Amino acid sequence: MIRFIVSRLVGMVLVLIVVSLITFLIFQAVPLLAKSSPVYYYIGKAPATPELLKSLTHRFGFDQPLPVQYWSYLAGFFGKNITDGTSAAVACPFPCFGYSFRRNELVSTLIGQAVPVTISLAVGAALLWLVGGLLVGTLSGLKPGSFIDRAGMTGALAAVSLPIFFTGPVALLLFVYTLGWLPDNDGYVSIFTDPVGWFTSLLLPWLCLALLFAALYARLTRSNVLETMNEDYIRTARAKGLDRRTIVVKHGLRAALTPIVTIFGIDIGGLIGTTIITESVFNLRGLGALSIQSIRDMDLPVMLGVTVVAAFALVLANFIVDLLYAVIDPRVTV
Amino acid sequence: MVDTSTAYAPRDVRDEQPFLVVDDLHVHFPTDDGLVKSVDGLSFALRRGEILGIVGESGSGKSVTAQAILGLHKGSKAQVTGRILLDDQDLVPLSENDMRAVRGDEVSMIFQDPLSSLHPFYSIGNQISEAYLVHHKVSKKEAKQRTIAMLQKVGIPNAAGRYDDYPHQFSGGMRQRAMIAMALICEPKLLIADEPTTALDVTVQAQILELIKELRDELNSAVIIITHDLGVVAETCDQVVVMYGGQCVEKGAVDELFDQPEMPYTWGLLGSMPRMDRVRQERLTPIPGSPPSLINVPKGCVFNPRCRFSDRVEGDRCFTEHPDLLPTHGTKEGITRHEVRCHIAPEERQQILLTEIRPSL
Repeated sequence: MIRFIVSRLVGMVLVLIVVSLITFLIFQAVPLLAKSSPVYYYIGKAPATPELLKSLTHRFGFDQPLPVQYWSYLAGFFGKNITDGTSAAVACPFPCFGYSFRRNELVSTLIGQAVPVTISLAVGAALLWLVGGLLVGTLSGLKPGSFIDRAGMTGALAAVSLPIFFTGPVALLLFVYTLGWLPDNDGYVSIFTDPVGWFTSLLLPWLCLALLFAALYARLTRSNVLETMNEDYIRTARAKGLDRRTIVVKHGLRAALTPIVTIFGIDIGGLIGTTIITESVFNLRGLGALSIQSIRDMDLPVMLGVTVVAAFALVLANFIVDLLYAVIDPRVTV
Repeated sequence: MVDTSTAYAPRDVRDEQPFLVVDDLHVHFPTDDGLVKSVDGLSFALRRGEILGIVGESGSGKSVTAQAILGLHKGSKAQVTGRILLDDQDLVPLSENDMRAVRGDEVSMIFQDPLSSLHPFYSIGNQISEAYLVHHKVSKKEAKQRTIAMLQKVGIPNAAGRYDDYPHQFSGGMRQRAMIAMALICEPKLLIADEPTTALDVTVQAQILELIKELRDELNSAVIIITHDLGVVAETCDQVVVMYGGQCVEKGAVDELFDQPEMPYTWGLLGSMPRMDRVRQERLTPIPGSPPSLINVPKGCVFNPRCRFSDRVEGDRCFTEHPDLLPTHGTKEGITRHEVRCHIAPEERQQILLTEIRPSL
């Protein structure tokens, strides 16, 4: 078990190094292809004079060979001092993603503000789609062709076809502005200062985001349940004289839902940093909004930071899935 | 393994009443393409302590029959009619819930492929004791002890140590032994083995069949072995039912049927079986053609499209008239009466058997 964990951890670190290398190279290559200096993208605007450009290029180390730059980029992650372009050095403690000259803020501070929003959004939506998708999928899969199955799968098809930029504004219009059931919160409310406000402000984003995934999960669960209930070991369970509930829950669902764990881990990990549309529609300043803003501003350090955090979330989720699999599927040896 | 010296004294089963009577069983499946008549009017009877072999090609209705006896078609679209009397209780009209009490307890089944028939996520011990717990009000600890004893009985070494092992950690033969332990844990009065040795190599096959026989002796159960291997039937069974196209085409006591087969399909089966006890012949004789569609069953005799001998019958009765299952000439009355479904006149059949079939077997 320990060997398994260590080897997976080493794998995780390797993946993250590769991700950082690729993002580093892309962001080096883009300015070169655009025939300009990385400095523009780094500070987010063109330096006033050629002399300033030259001094900034030297100060940020863009005149050094690429491997040296990459190394200082990697090593800097564990903390360094950054000149903010104007005056004294700013301390950038671990985890240091650099400094946003556009916003005059440490990237880690910006990410730190955005992460709770995104995690609240992702976890809440994930719970909703997991419960909804598995419930509809299981009921449909147990009775294929029934009314529940047809209604569920029609609903799933509709839900999967409706984009969030449609459902989001419609939901806002209906429940907030017309019916007034939910308060018109401007953005995210922290769970620690106002739990009720946190819940009401996130309810619609959760529902809209969950709808899409719930539809996918319902279809996936349905086909898994259908397939499993036709397995030979289900026939064996019936031949033993077990009751229907034990057959379905202990023998059927255990096998049918195990593959869902994989998809769920990847989905929830992948959501970090990619809930751009949901965050935009509902004015939530999470990682998605941060990344889209940094792209608009050409704020290179923020883009790099969000990318690495999103990659880390995905890799971590995969790691947890691997660990879970070793526990729930006895055929997986660790 | 099983100690047979004390438990079992040879008895004469001939006088006993049949324990299982299958009477005019039909299992039909409605599909989009039409009604699939998987089993169409099957009858046989079996006494306790007796082993019945059901033989036939794939799709002849063997497994469907077994699953019908266990009531596994309940809750599906299958239409099951006729009577299945187990100790004078008809199982056909029973509800799924009432049938549950019978399954695993009075009737249990050994399935064909033990790897896919065992649940991959639960240990062997868990799965076997589950089968015991569902019919007995005992503690989990007692069930575990019984399971370990049963695993020992079916010849699994270090049974206690292997209780928590998963199916994928067992070898093929050991898995089938575990499957048998699961089927026998409640000491069923009727054991159905659906091709129990198909997935196993020959040495293990013999051990498994021997094990089933020993356990039959000890529990005095009735046993049905479903197989396409006539060698298995000859070695283990007391009576045999030959199925073709969902119907019984010939049945009888094993020695009588092997000695005096009368149905052209049975001849074909025997001719396509390798024999170690005869001088090696040039080639095995396959039966030409393939089993009939169970949706459009051939008119007349089900076997007529593949039968070499339909010209021995007056007119075209083989193609127009469905033959009845009739006792053969000179067979003894009783459950194991030799019966054949064929239009060829009995004397003619004897003649064909003597002059054309025997020499080439």
